[in-house]
Amino acid sequence: MTLLSVQNLHAYYRTEAYGISRTVRAVDGVSFDLFPNEIYGVAGESSCGKTTLIKVISGSIKHPLKAFEGSVNYNFGDYKVDMLQISQSELRRNVRWKRISYVMQGSMSVLNPVRKVIKTFEDIVDTHEHITDKNEFLQRTRTHVNRLGLPTDVLNAYPHQLSGGMRQRVAIALATVFQPALIIADEPTTALDVVVQRGVLHMIKDIQAKSNNTVLLVTHDMAVHANVADRVMIMYAGRIAEEAPTESIFNAPLHPYTQHLINSLPVIGEKSTKASLKGSPPNLADPPSGCRFHPRCPYVMDECRTVAPDLISVKERHRVACHLVKEGSQ
Amino acid sequence: MSANEKLLDVQHVTVEFHIGGLLAGTLLTAVNDVSFSLESDKPEIFTLAGESGSGKTTLSRLLLRDLEPTRGKVLFEGRDVSTIRKRAEFIEFMKQVQPVFQNPFDTFSPLRRVDAYLFDTVKNFRMASNRRDAARVVDNALRNVGLSLDEVKQRYPHELSGGQIQRVSVARALISEPKLILADEPVSMVDASLRMEIVNLFKKLRDEQGVSVLYITHDLATAYYISDRIGIMLRGYVVESGPVEDVLERPAHPYTQLLKESVPEPAPEKRESWAKHIELGTTEVKEYGRIGCKFAGRCPQVMDICREADPPDIQVGRQTVKCYLYAEHVETPQAGAQP
Repeated sequence: MTLLSVQNLHAYYRTEAYGISRTVRAVDGVSFDLFPNEIYGVAGESSCGKTTLIKVISGSIKHPLKAFEGSVNYNFGDYKVDMLQISQSELRRNVRWKRISYVMQGSMSVLNPVRKVIKTFEDIVDTHEHITDKNEFLQRTRTHVNRLGLPTDVLNAYPHQLSGGMRQRVAIALATVFQPALIIADEPTTALDVVVQRGVLHMIKDIQAKSNNTVLLVTHDMAVHANVADRVMIMYAGRIAEEAPTESIFNAPLHPYTQHLINSLPVIGEKSTKASLKGSPPNLADPPSGCRFHPRCPYVMDECRTVAPDLISVKERHRVACHLVKEGSQ
Repeated sequence: MSANEKLLDVQHVTVEFHIGGLLAGTLLTAVNDVSFSLESDKPEIFTLAGESGSGKTTLSRLLLRDLEPTRGKVLFEGRDVSTIRKRAEFIEFMKQVQPVFQNPFDTFSPLRRVDAYLFDTVKNFRMASNRRDAARVVDNALRNVGLSLDEVKQRYPHELSGGQIQRVSVARALISEPKLILADEPVSMVDASLRMEIVNLFKKLRDEQGVSVLYITHDLATAYYISDRIGIMLRGYVVESGPVEDVLERPAHPYTQLLKESVPEPAPEKRESWAKHIELGTTEVKEYGRIGCKFAGRCPQVMDICREADPPDIQVGRQTVKCYLYAEHVETPQAGAQP
């Protein structure tokens, strides 16, 4: 059973001003499946389309973003939904926060700075399930927060009184009040220090292990994926470069971009010189022809400049888009 | 300047901020009795690492003379920087010490061409007498970072990639031929594929141009990669300092041990140790106000004495550690590492 199936998704930003139209191909032919009970990592540098992908699959498509082609289908068991067709009211009533929730990078912008944390919980719960019994709500929230390992005091604190890591964990607690089937975490630890990052990621792993739901973890930090994700997808310029279980991505990467990402990571205890990629990230309004990685690829061939490689399966659950790799080969 | 003078000598510097009301406020000690120095004859990269709120940025503002220390002195080439009063002297000082900031897109105004900043810097420091000379100086600085004036001329910040614009930012700092570059989180806003480009650039500047770099970061992996020496900061204190290999391979202070353990390694087979449960502090102000060692609340090896008075600096091998664990009988760091 798949929880989410994305097929050949093309989502572009199209702006028109004074008769000049400009199209930014942020997500250009992406297909992947999410299964229940896994942590799926999405990696890639800024402006590679990670955030656009999240916007589309969470149903937050607003002008100038538009999905031009493809499908996004969820199967929550008792409830199936096509994200590209769903109405806003239906989305708000049945999907958002109850089945899909979202953890953002800046927890400070999620929590209302002039209200206590408990009030933010109240707002969210009241919007989705009308609160009739206040005591029961308080009891339930306390149990929920304790279950996640946070002290009950945080509920009566204002956001500024909490440390950055605690705020981010409160944001995660908020995102999990309704036990959603899918938690989307967009760079949840990027602004945090290593120790706090570790604590926050532990909490995400814990929640996932307890409730067997799916976490979509987006971060550019490959070391985080190595420690948290079950499967990892590497995006480059709006397309999937490689997708595989975490062990394969790190121990046997096939795409030159993935290889670079992993080999360039500095590691404590090793001082050899690490190279950086030549060139700069592509402009998605005018992407390179053929394989989009070809201007920066150390192994570029003639074929790469004209023909875009298909995403092929090399073995079970390992897909890669590169002319160097042939179907079924290793 | 005599031969044994230090390039930069920070002596027992303390910075206190008054927070809250005029009468009822409290003192927050952002930097507490910090000392370190950089040699003048041997260029090196010195890293100050620590979590947010540890006083790293306050310290860098102090060195740029943006703040005055409450107590202590900062000597640059033997001169106390707080005695610099005249504009000409200040320009002379800024010529030697140049900053590189965190977010290159904030450093440059989006409405101004980036080369204008480079020419302004040449003009401010009187590095050239006419436009053609100025162009030569700018081009030289840009070539040091792997760019050229032709690539940057007439370009706005948004036309350059994050890595390129951060390199322009470093080139701007190089124009006045400084002896010291203060880089405050220079790679945290740069894409992963371009990060090593900036980091390698600092290495190159040290080796080829003889520029010392004070690298301020929370990223221990890049710190290990480029620096010669490192100081780990916690709540205003430098808790451990020494050669980077010693400090990060065999950390002595329990806080450094925790920091090092928490750096996720890009190796899925090593997940286990990283996944070990840790305690996090709830609020930040609590730790600042703590008497004694600031880490006592989270330390796995806490003793009674830790909560009573500040631990002294103790020499363990080549490291200087601020921890009672090493006070009387000097243990080996390996033995101390077992909780």
